[in-house]
Amino acid sequence: METMIGATALMKALEKEGVKEVFGLPGGANLPMYDELFKSNIRHILVRHEQSAAHMADGFGRVSRKPGVCFATSGPGATNLLTGIATAQADSSPMVAVTGQVPVKMIGRDAFQESDIIGMANPAVKYSYQPRTPEEIPQIVKQGFYIAETGRPGPVLLDIPKDVQQNEAKFTFPDEVRIPGYHPWTDPDIPSIEKAIELLLSSEKPIILAGGGVIISSAFAELQSIAEMLMIPVVTTFKGKGSFPENHPLSLGPIGMHGHAEANKIMTEADCVLAIGTRFSDRSVGTFEEFERNLKIIHMDVDPAEIGKNQTTSVAVVGDVQASLRILVKLLMKKASKKSDDSLWSKHVKEVKDYWRENLKIHPGEMGAAKILRKLREVLPKEAIVTTEVGQHQMWASLFYDVIQQGTFFSSTGLGTMGWGFPAAIGAKTARPNVPVVDIAGDGSFNMTENSLATSVLEDLPVIVFVMNNYTLGMVAQWQRTFYDRRMIGVDLKRCPDYVKLAESYGAQGIRAQSLDELEKAIKAGLSSDVATVIDIPIDPEEDVLPFVAPGTSLKDMILPS
Amino acid sequence: MWAILSIKVENKPGILFKVTHLFRSRNFNIDSISVGVTEDPKYSRMIITTIGDEKQISQIVKQLDKMIDTIEVRRLDENNTVYRELVMFKIKVSKPEDSMEINKMANAYGAKIHDAKKESIMVEITATPHQISAFEQLANKFGILQIARTGITALERSKH
Repeated sequence: METMIGATALMKALEKEGVKEVFGLPGGANLPMYDELFKSNIRHILVRHEQSAAHMADGFGRVSRKPGVCFATSGPGATNLLTGIATAQADSSPMVAVTGQVPVKMIGRDAFQESDIIGMANPAVKYSYQPRTPEEIPQIVKQGFYIAETGRPGPVLLDIPKDVQQNEAKFTFPDEVRIPGYHPWTDPDIPSIEKAIELLLSSEKPIILAGGGVIISSAFAELQSIAEMLMIPVVTTFKGKGSFPENHPLSLGPIGMHGHAEANKIMTEADCVLAIGTRFSDRSVGTFEEFERNLKIIHMDVDPAEIGKNQTTSVAVVGDVQASLRILVKLLMKKASKKSDDSLWSKHVKEVKDYWRENLKIHPGEMGAAKILRKLREVLPKEAIVTTEVGQHQMWASLFYDVIQQGTFFSSTGLGTMGWGFPAAIGAKTARPNVPVVDIAGDGSFNMTENSLATSVLEDLPVIVFVMNNYTLGMVAQWQRTFYDRRMIGVDLKRCPDYVKLAESYGAQGIRAQSLDELEKAIKAGLSSDVATVIDIPIDPEEDVLPFVAPGTSLKDMILPS
Repeated sequence: MWAILSIKVENKPGILFKVTHLFRSRNFNIDSISVGVTEDPKYSRMIITTIGDEKQISQIVKQLDKMIDTIEVRRLDENNTVYRELVMFKIKVSKPEDSMEINKMANAYGAKIHDAKKESIMVEITATPHQISAFEQLANKFGILQIARTGITALERSKH
C-alpha cells in the first residue's frame, strides 16, 4: 500500500502499462494529472485541438498495436475527442482516452465545462470508466488497457473527476485483471476449421477476402501460406489493404465501391470465399443480398457478433484469426498437396487481372492521380508507413498505391473521418520514429487538422503530407457530377489556403510540385527533411475516381472509366 | 417473432442505460423491460421482450453478449418459461351495475380490486400478456381511464 494522490497513481499505472507518450491538451479539470505528468517520465505531445490528440493516439495504436493514449480536459476538451474516439471504434483501434471531469459533487449540476462524456461516448467506446474514488484508479487503468488491446481492439474512456485526481489515498497496483463479463479469446474452433477446409477444397472458384482483422492480428504469414498452398486469389477489403503484398501474383487488390476492377470482377464470379477478419461493410460488398447470392461464405472473426450480421455464412470460425489460420495451415499441410496454378479458375483469374492491369483507363495528364501515386510508390522505401485522409485521394491511394510490405497502410475506413490522416501519421511516426511516414491527403481533409503542423514541427515528428490538391471537396463534387446533374454546391475551396505558405508559417517545409520530376524531388526532400514537409500537388478538379460501384448497387454494376 | 431475453448484468449504475442504448443504436425493438436485483446482490437481471425475425434476434443476443457488463444472456424457451406481467387498470364506472360486472370479470381473471370508487375501480392483474390483452378488451367495454404496467418478468422452469 502506497499513499499518494489519484493523479500520481494514474501516472504510475500508465507507466506500468508501458506508456511512453501521451497526446493531449491541458485544461482546468485535468490540471492535477498534468502536474503529475510534469514529474513523470512520460512524454507529453501537445496538440492544438483535442480531435488530433485522439487521431494521433489512434495512429500510434494501429502501428504499434498497443493502445495510444490521449488526454483532454472536461467539457469541450472531452467532446472534441469524440470524433477521434468514434473513428477508433469504427476501425477497431486500441486507444485509452483520459478526460478530466468536474469534481464528483459538481456532476449533474451543469458546472462550468461539465459534459456527460460517459453518456455521449457510450456508443463510440468499447468500454468506459468514471471512478468516484481515487482507490479505483489503478484497477480501471489496468482493466482499461486490457479491454482496449485484447479481442477486437477498441477505445476505452477513463473520465476522472478532478477531486478524484487530487485526493490522497492508499493504493495497491493489481497485476491481474478479472472482468467477469469479458471473454476476448475463444480457443480456435477446430471442427469448423475442418469444415472450412472441406468447403474450400471442394469449391471450383475459391477466393480469399482479407479484412482489417488480418492486420490487427498480424496474420500476414499465415494468410500468404494459405493463398500459396491453395493457389487462391486474394482480394482485400479497403481496411484489409496491405494485409497481403499487392505486388504478389495472387493479389487482386481491394474490392468495393472503389475497388480494383479485377478484384470486383473475380469476387462476383467466385463460388466460395474465405473471409478473414472482415465485417462485410456495405462499402466493400455493395448490396448484401446480391453479394451472398451463389456464394458460400466461410467467415473467420474474433467477434462472434459479426457472424451473420451482414452476411449469411456457411461456416463460421470464431476466434483470433491468426490462431485459426495457423491451425488451418497445419491441417491443410496434412490434407492437400500444394496446388498448381494451372486450374481453369487460376488461368481465368490471371487473364482478368492481366487485362485490367493493362487496360484500365487512367487520367491522361501528367499529374493524373494514378501517375502521381505510382511515383510516390516508386520513390518511397517499401517499409514506409502511409496514412490517408478521406475522399477521392483516399480511393485513388487504394487503387494506385500498392502496399508491398504488409501492415504499412492505414486509413479511416469505417467512420470515414476527414482530417484523420495527418494526426494519425504523427502518431505513427511517434511509434516508428525511424520509418518514413506519409499522409496521402486531399486539400479538403488536410484543412480539418492542418494545425497539427505545429505538433509535427515542435515535437520533432517529421512526416510528409502529400496533398493531392484539386481545390475541391472532390468526392462530393464527383457525386454532384454523377448523381445531381452537375449542380455543384459547397465544394469549391477556391485556392484557399496556399499550402506552401501555410507550411512555412508553421516552420515546416512547403513545396509545390507541378510535374512528376518536381514531385520526385519534393518527395526526396521530404524524406531527408528534419521537419514536416507539405507537398502541394495541383491536380485536375474534374478527375473522377473510377471504377465506381454506386451506393445501393452490387459489385457487378461497377462503373468503369470510358 | 417474439422473444424473451434474460440478461444477467453487474449491479452497477449506468448499465440499464447501456443496454437500452444498444437497442436504440442497433435499431432493435424493446417490447417490454423489467429489471431487478438477483439472488446475489452483485447482479441484476433484466427481462427484455423483443420482436424481430430469427436473424435479428440472434444479432440482439450476440450484441448483448458482447457487452462487457453482461454476465449471461439467454433467450428463454417460451414453452418452458413462466412469464407474467403485472398491470393496473383504472376502469370507468358509468352505472351502478358496472361495478358488479367489473368485479365478476376481475374474479374470473384472478385479479384484485383496489380502490373501488363511485366513478372508477382500480384492478390489479398478474397474468400472461395474452390473458392481459383479453382482459383489456373486456375492460374496454366500460372504458379504461388509465393503465400502468411493470413489463414482463420471467423464469425458466427447472429440469429436476
